[in-house]
Amino acid sequence: MIRLAWRQFRSSAVIASGALAAVCVVVVLTRVHIVDVYDATVASCDSRGDCEAAVSAFVRLNRSLQGWLDVLVVVVPGLLGIFWGAPLVARELEAGTFRLAWTQSVTRTRWLTTKLAVVGLAAVVVSGVLTVMVTWWSSLFDKVGENIYGAFDRRDLVPIGHATLAFMVGVTAGVVLRRTLAAMATTLVVVVATRLAFVTWVRPHLLAAKRWSGPLDPNRMGFMMESETSPMRLHSEAPRMPNAWIRSVEIVDRSGRPITYVEQACPNLPPPGSSAGSGLRRGPVPDDVDRLLQECVAKVGERYHLAVSYQPAGRYWAFQWLELGIYVAASAALVGLCVWWVRRRL
Amino acid sequence: MTEPPVIEATGLGKRFGRRWALSECTVTIPSGRVVGLVGPNGAGKTTLLHLTVGLTAPTAGTISVLGARPAAGPAQLARVGFVAQDTPTYASMSVADHLRLGGWLNPGWDRDLAERRIDRLGLDRSQRSGNLSGGQRAQLALTLAIAKRPELLVLDEPVASLDPLARREFLRDLADTVVDHRVSVVLSSHLVADLEQVCDHLVVLVGSRVQMAGDIDDLRAEHRGSLEDLVLAAMERGLESRSDEGGRS
Repeated sequence: MIRLAWRQFRSSAVIASGALAAVCVVVVLTRVHIVDVYDATVASCDSRGDCEAAVSAFVRLNRSLQGWLDVLVVVVPGLLGIFWGAPLVARELEAGTFRLAWTQSVTRTRWLTTKLAVVGLAAVVVSGVLTVMVTWWSSLFDKVGENIYGAFDRRDLVPIGHATLAFMVGVTAGVVLRRTLAAMATTLVVVVATRLAFVTWVRPHLLAAKRWSGPLDPNRMGFMMESETSPMRLHSEAPRMPNAWIRSVEIVDRSGRPITYVEQACPNLPPPGSSAGSGLRRGPVPDDVDRLLQECVAKVGERYHLAVSYQPAGRYWAFQWLELGIYVAASAALVGLCVWWVRRRL
Repeated sequence: MTEPPVIEATGLGKRFGRRWALSECTVTIPSGRVVGLVGPNGAGKTTLLHLTVGLTAPTAGTISVLGARPAAGPAQLARVGFVAQDTPTYASMSVADHLRLGGWLNPGWDRDLAERRIDRLGLDRSQRSGNLSGGQRAQLALTLAIAKRPELLVLDEPVASLDPLARREFLRDLADTVVDHRVSVVLSSHLVADLEQVCDHLVVLVGSRVQMAGDIDDLRAEHRGSLEDLVLAAMERGLESRSDEGGRS
């Protein structure tokens, strides 16, 4: 049975190998240049004292390729689900060839599990090779960017879990709907919805966030109004925590109540729409406004402090394994459902 | 030693959603025969054959094929060969691929038999099955079913979509094969003339019920007139009794 599964899958495997090889060539060739630039600028910036400029120039290197590779890692698992998963069984049901396959001397359970093993394994390999290449290519950008959670679902293990689940969603849709096109469309919708739901409601809560509190730092703060009539708000950037995943930054009092408005504490801050403007303190701010802000923060800081909720950088791999595990477990459940459905419902 | 009947069904029923495709079907089909299963559209012929080869499971009643549950495992699957309606094959795969496929999936695969048949039929091995004519595709499907060396060969309207010439050729070839390999055959059709060519036993199925069954020679001896008239009369009787039932219920 494994030979038939492979024979049916052969041309898809050839296309996928070709595409991966093309990506590989691009990645290897461009990375040589990236390493040269890194060595010549960022790696030696300390001695020249121009690190900020060197880093900001370096991260703009190959920016469009960075974007394309990230898109590829996000999109490929979905494509595997749509083009490999959905037709796997649906096409046989549609063309009637399942009547040929299921009346040979192989049980339909073995027929299905062998097909799932061959094509599913290929999906794991394709997504695995892709994520290894992109993770390697991006490693210097990720190192300099100090924001590993920012590219969380485009690096390391997680894309493999996404591919596995997308593939099984495709197969299941095909088994249940028995129509290739309908199964492909359903796969697209389900895969996108699952990813969004997971990122929004599941991933942040896999591990309880850590909390940090400390004094207000006027150099990382600003004030703004959301609209002309709303009260003025003080804002703070997170303290510098390289590679941490900042969940929230709040200015709170001792009992944990967030600060609401600041007019009473700081009546002298410029009104909305004035030239000094609102927003976080980036770029040059007029000295007088800066002085007013410093005074204001000092006054507010007597009663309020900064409370940060975050996931530390050290948990990155725990998050990676957890998400991979959840996606693989969900895929395994779908394998069970497909086997049951093919045995009992078709 | 008496062999078990190729098909023994009792109170067999299959429901798809709310519609019964087959209900209360009780039929015994003896082994060692070439059995023609004939009946009007919707009589449940295809459903009965799918239940026989284990493509679907019964909703009610029992069916035993060669003394065992259909598709109970690889061994039982190996004992039954099947050519489905419209003779499906993998359109993008070549004739040679299909022969390889037969070898991969069937431990009892008779490679010589398959090769000889393909040679005799003059099929181009490199041809994709999607490019074969209907008759050639049917022959390819029959080759797969025969070369797994089954004890029972089940064919569901194998000639329905063929032109008269291809139809006659297919049935003649089938008749030769049956003689060569001592295999029991169940063949469905709604054309009596087709069945008369190859069958020695006839089962007339109308509305899931067996209206008439027997060896063709006996049927001919008992009744005067052509076999076709005999079958048509049986079908009419069946349809009448069914509509009576419908009126009562």
